[in-house]
Amino acid sequence: MIVDLSRANAPLRRVPSSAIYVVSAFWAAWLFYLAATGGLGVEPIEALEHRYGLLALQMLIAVLAITPLRQFTGLSLLRFRRALGVSAFGFVLAHFLVWAILDVGTWDAIAADIIKRPYVTLGMAGFILLIPLALTSNDYALRRLGAIRWRRLHQLGYLATLFAAVHFIWLVKGLQFEPLIYTAILLFLLSLRLRSRKSRAA
Amino acid sequence: MAHRWKNDLSIADATPYAAYMNRRQIMAGAAGLIGATALGLGRATAQELVPNSWDEITSYNNYYEFGTEKQDPRRNAGRLTTSPWTIEVDGLVDNPGTYDLAELIGGLEVEERIYRFRCVEAWSMVIPWNGIELADILTRVGVQEGANYVAFETVMRPDEMPGLRYPVLDWPYREGLRLDEAMHPLTIMATGIYGRPIPNQNGAPIRLVVPWKYGFKSIKSISRITLTRDEPFASWNRANPREYGFYSNVNPEVDHPRWSQATERRVGAGLFAGRQPTLMFNGYEAEVASLYAGMDLTAYY
Repeated sequence: MIVDLSRANAPLRRVPSSAIYVVSAFWAAWLFYLAATGGLGVEPIEALEHRYGLLALQMLIAVLAITPLRQFTGLSLLRFRRALGVSAFGFVLAHFLVWAILDVGTWDAIAADIIKRPYVTLGMAGFILLIPLALTSNDYALRRLGAIRWRRLHQLGYLATLFAAVHFIWLVKGLQFEPLIYTAILLFLLSLRLRSRKSRAA
Repeated sequence: MAHRWKNDLSIADATPYAAYMNRRQIMAGAAGLIGATALGLGRATAQELVPNSWDEITSYNNYYEFGTEKQDPRRNAGRLTTSPWTIEVDGLVDNPGTYDLAELIGGLEVEERIYRFRCVEAWSMVIPWNGIELADILTRVGVQEGANYVAFETVMRPDEMPGLRYPVLDWPYREGLRLDEAMHPLTIMATGIYGRPIPNQNGAPIRLVVPWKYGFKSIKSISRITLTRDEPFASWNRANPREYGFYSNVNPEVDHPRWSQATERRVGAGLFAGRQPTLMFNGYEAEVASLYAGMDLTAYY
């Protein structure tokens, strides 16, 4: 353990995990309201699309950070992980819908973009990978699949998040740092996971 | 040489801004209610040459020397000292030298030009510039025989431009035009917007405006003009030649490798306005198409 944050666990137990859903839904609605009323600047379509997309990426990374966080600090946020993951998917869905309906707007153009634009293709692939994860984020699916198969399925989260990070690098103009930072954090989290698996195997 | 081109509309002819926004908002409300089924509804079909508001034009900018976010230039560009301002003129010119801005453009006719402005990122505005035909400035410095291109450079001041710390591009920002493009009556050097001095985030004190090309060609805060024999360095073209051609004429039929250029988002149109079609040469086909006669525009994009 690097820093001991386990003292926070007791008060956190009193926070219901549904708070994550409430805050996420409110946040998404608030951003939509801002975009519709000029609060996100003079080009709200792009602004809203990017805000939803960025929040989705940040939350996906947060989900993947929960296990290492417990290992290194003793802070246990495991009971929030499902709500955080499902909410992250909600933001991915919102990001997709703003892009498809408010931005691109026609079926032909949506299909053309998905096929012809590699960064869109990659974003779509990440989105599709997350669908089975969102659908199985409940106790019933966990029981039906069994813990091992369920866990294996949910390891797709790493791949989907990696797709999202590369999607971000790919869409900006020139050499910009922000998307590279998210990718670096993600690769760091992934390396921790692979290392702990190796030490367990040894 | 001034007055070689007339606006098809003046600001007085245009729909008052408030009325224009109201009309859009009514359509937006309808589209919003119908939601996902509203695909294709609430789209502005007619191309209206209604200038964007001062606030829109000055709050949504690409000026990477001040940061890569659209709001960064307005936040950070205040630090740029624009007076005094000198421009170095060199290369194949009769009168090379370092000119004070007033000396270079003093006495030349400043006109109002309401132009469409189309960014390579597929957003657009309409901007009422005040500027001088570049041809007038080039004539003043004397273009020599053998000059084929005009190269421009943006001022590079790390103390005043926080974005220069990041290697987004090979600084300083540089752009170029073929001489006939530079001498074209539509090509201006803008010093104002809406009759006011051009704000720093829009390229003070003087910038190029080439309305039929993607916005990045219209280089800001110019500190050097060079007449050259060969095609000059152009920043985005060098950074990624596959994505940004030297010509970069607005062309709805030639897509950017990462996105379509067939349509554009009109800045200020709101969340529900959708996209409008992009026009060939950004609507200036009649004026400029002859410059590219016989050229394959998919090869010289």
